[in-house]
Amino acid sequence: MPEAVENKPAENVKTVMQVKGLARYFDVSPPLLNRILERLPKQILKAVDGIDFEITKGETFSLVGESGCGKSTVARLIVGLYRPSAGSIEFEGRDISGLSRAEMAPMRRRLQMIFQDPYASLNPRWRVRDIVAEPLRAFGLETTSSGIERRVGELLSYVKLAAADGEKYPHEFSGGQRQRISIARALASKPDFLVCDEPTSALDVSVQAQILNLMKDLQREFGLTYLFISHNLAVVSHVSDRVGVMYLGRLVEVAPASTLFRAPRHPYTRMLLDTIPDLSMSGRDRMPVSGEVPNPITPPSGCTFHPRCPFANDRCKREIPLPIETPHGSRVTCHGVEEGRVPEGPVIPNR
Amino acid sequence: MVEVPATQSRGPSASEPGLHSAPDPGARATGLWSRLRDSDVLYSFSRSPITITAAIVTALFILCAIFAPVVAPHNPFDMATIDLMDSSMPPAWMEGGDSRFLLGTDDQGRGILSTIIFGSRISLLIGFASVVLATVLGVGLGLLSGFVGGVVDAFIMRVAEIQLSFPVILTALLIDGVLRGVLQVEKSGELAYWILILSIGISNWVQFARTVRGSTMVERSKEYVQAAQVIGIRSSMIVLRHILPNVMGPVLVIATIQLAVAVLSEATLSFLGVGMPPTEPSLGTLIQIGNDYLFSGEWWMVIFPGSALAILVLAVNLLGDWLRDALNPRLR
Repeated sequence: MPEAVENKPAENVKTVMQVKGLARYFDVSPPLLNRILERLPKQILKAVDGIDFEITKGETFSLVGESGCGKSTVARLIVGLYRPSAGSIEFEGRDISGLSRAEMAPMRRRLQMIFQDPYASLNPRWRVRDIVAEPLRAFGLETTSSGIERRVGELLSYVKLAAADGEKYPHEFSGGQRQRISIARALASKPDFLVCDEPTSALDVSVQAQILNLMKDLQREFGLTYLFISHNLAVVSHVSDRVGVMYLGRLVEVAPASTLFRAPRHPYTRMLLDTIPDLSMSGRDRMPVSGEVPNPITPPSGCTFHPRCPFANDRCKREIPLPIETPHGSRVTCHGVEEGRVPEGPVIPNR
Repeated sequence: MVEVPATQSRGPSASEPGLHSAPDPGARATGLWSRLRDSDVLYSFSRSPITITAAIVTALFILCAIFAPVVAPHNPFDMATIDLMDSSMPPAWMEGGDSRFLLGTDDQGRGILSTIIFGSRISLLIGFASVVLATVLGVGLGLLSGFVGGVVDAFIMRVAEIQLSFPVILTALLIDGVLRGVLQVEKSGELAYWILILSIGISNWVQFARTVRGSTMVERSKEYVQAAQVIGIRSSMIVLRHILPNVMGPVLVIATIQLAVAVLSEATLSFLGVGMPPTEPSLGTLIQIGNDYLFSGEWWMVIFPGSALAILVLAVNLLGDWLRDALNPRLR
C-alpha cells in the first residue's frame, strides 16, 4: 500500500479530482473511400473541448447540460473508458489520463461508475451475486468463496436488498432495484470516487428519489465523492454541492449549487433555469428557450452560445471567452458578464 | 441439442419452475432463468404436433446412428457376413425377397436397411462435426469482427462476402479438391472423413460469423460491457464471459438448420463421387450407387436411402424452424 502514504498531502488539500484543459475529439469522417471519391473533408467532433474543474473530497459535483453537450463523454474520460485528446485528469494529484493498463489497475479500484440504463448495465446472463462479485474477483479483494459470499451479502444489504437476491437474475428485478444492484457493484471495490452517469434518468420519479437518497446515505457512510451527470435540474439541485453547466463541450458556468440556482450569471444557465416551473407562480419574466443546439461538428465561432444568446454582440462572435471569477464564488465564461452587459438578473426565489 | 426436448418428458418440468421458485435459497440448482425459458420453449413444443414428430424422427435417427451395431440386422462393413449371392435382392415383401433383408440388398449383397443405418451414422457424424467446426470458426471470427471492428472487421466481412457469392457446394468441392490434391490420399483413405468435415465446415462458417458479428456489435455497446471495462477486465475475457453467452441464442438455431445443410452437402459431395468411398458408404454414397441401378429396375437401392435422407433433413429442418420461432421473443 504505497499510495496510502502518498495520499496524506492530498487529503490536506482536499481536492481529489482536478481536471485541466480536458478535451476529447472524435473522428466522425465518412469512410476513407467515400472521402476520396466525394472529396469530403475529415470531420472532427469536439465532444469535450477544453474543460477545467476540480472536485473536493466528499462533495457532489454535478455536470448539467442539454443532450449532446459532452457530459457523458466527461464521465467516460474520467473512468478511463476513453483516452483524452488533450488535457489532464489528476486523481489525488496524479495524472491518470496517460496511464498504462497496469498502472491504471490500482486507480480503477478507487474510481467506479454507475451507469444510466439499469436494463443494459447488468449482464442478463449473470446471477446478481456474480455481477456484484465481479470487481471483488477482478481486483483480488476476496479470494475465498465464503469471503465473496459474505461480502456480496454485505454489499446487497447496503443497497437495501436481501442477500438471497444474489441468487436471482437481473430480469427478476425492477428498474430501481437493478440500479441498486449497479450501485452495489460499484461499491464492491471500496472506491473513493463514483462517477454517476444519469443514474436516475431511466427511472420513475418516485423511484428516482429513493435512489438519490440512498446515494446520499452511502456518500455520508463511506465518505464518497461523486461526479454526478444529469440533464435533470431538479435532481441536480437536490444532490449537488457544486454544479458545472456544459454547453457544446465547454463549461459555461461553475458555481456552488445554492448560488447557481438562486443567482445564475451565464445567459445559458438562466435560460436552463427558466425552464423549471415553480409552484409559487411568481409570474416573473422568463427567458424562453430559443433556438436549438448547433451541430457540434461545425460549432459557432467565438462563444458557441452566441447564436442563441440575447446579449450577444460582435465580440462574442469573434473571441472565445475565458472564465472569470465573480464575487458570488462562481466561475463564468461569458464576455457579457465580464463587461457588465448582462444584467445581474432576477434572483430566483427559493423553491 | 436437438434431442433434448424429446428425451425429457414434457409432463413434470413444464409445471416445476413456477412452483418451486419462491422459498428455497440454495436448492435452485441450475438457472431458474434458463428453466423458465425452457418451460416456455417446452410449452410451444408440446403445442406443435409437427415439431414433436420431427423431434421423434430426429431422435430415432440419432439413436440408430449411435447404436448402429446393435440396431442393424447386419454389419455391412464386415466382409465375412456379406455374400455376393445375396446381391440385388428386392425388399422382403416382394417376389424373390428374403426376410433377412427387409429393404432388399445392394449390388454387393449388403442389406439396404443396414447400410442406411450405418450410412446415416456416417452422414450424421460428418454433419455434426462440420457444424461444430463451422460454429467454432464462425462464432470466433464473428466475435472478433464485431468486437474489434475497423480493419479487422472489414477484412473478415469482405472474405465472408466473397465466399457467400459462391454456392456452398462449390466452395466445398473446391476445398475438397485442394485438400485431396495436397494430401495425396487415395479416395478410400480414412482421411475422407476429415476432408469432408473440413470442406463442409469451412464452407459454412459465414452464416455464423455474420449473425454473431451483428449481435456482438449490439452487445458490446451495452453498458454492462463498459462496466466490465471500468473494472479493468481484459477484452478477451469480456468477449468470452460477457458477450459470448449473450450471442449464443441465434447460433443454436443456425446450427440446427445448418446440420440439415451439412448432411445434405455431404450427401451431394458423396453423390458426386468426392465424398465417402463405397466401402464406407454414407447416405449420399448409397444414393450414388443406387442411381446406377435405377434404370435396370432395382429401384430399392436408391429410393430407400434417398427417402431416409429426405426424411432426416426435413425433420432436422422442421426442428430448426420451430426453434427459431420458439426462441424469438417477438413471435411468442
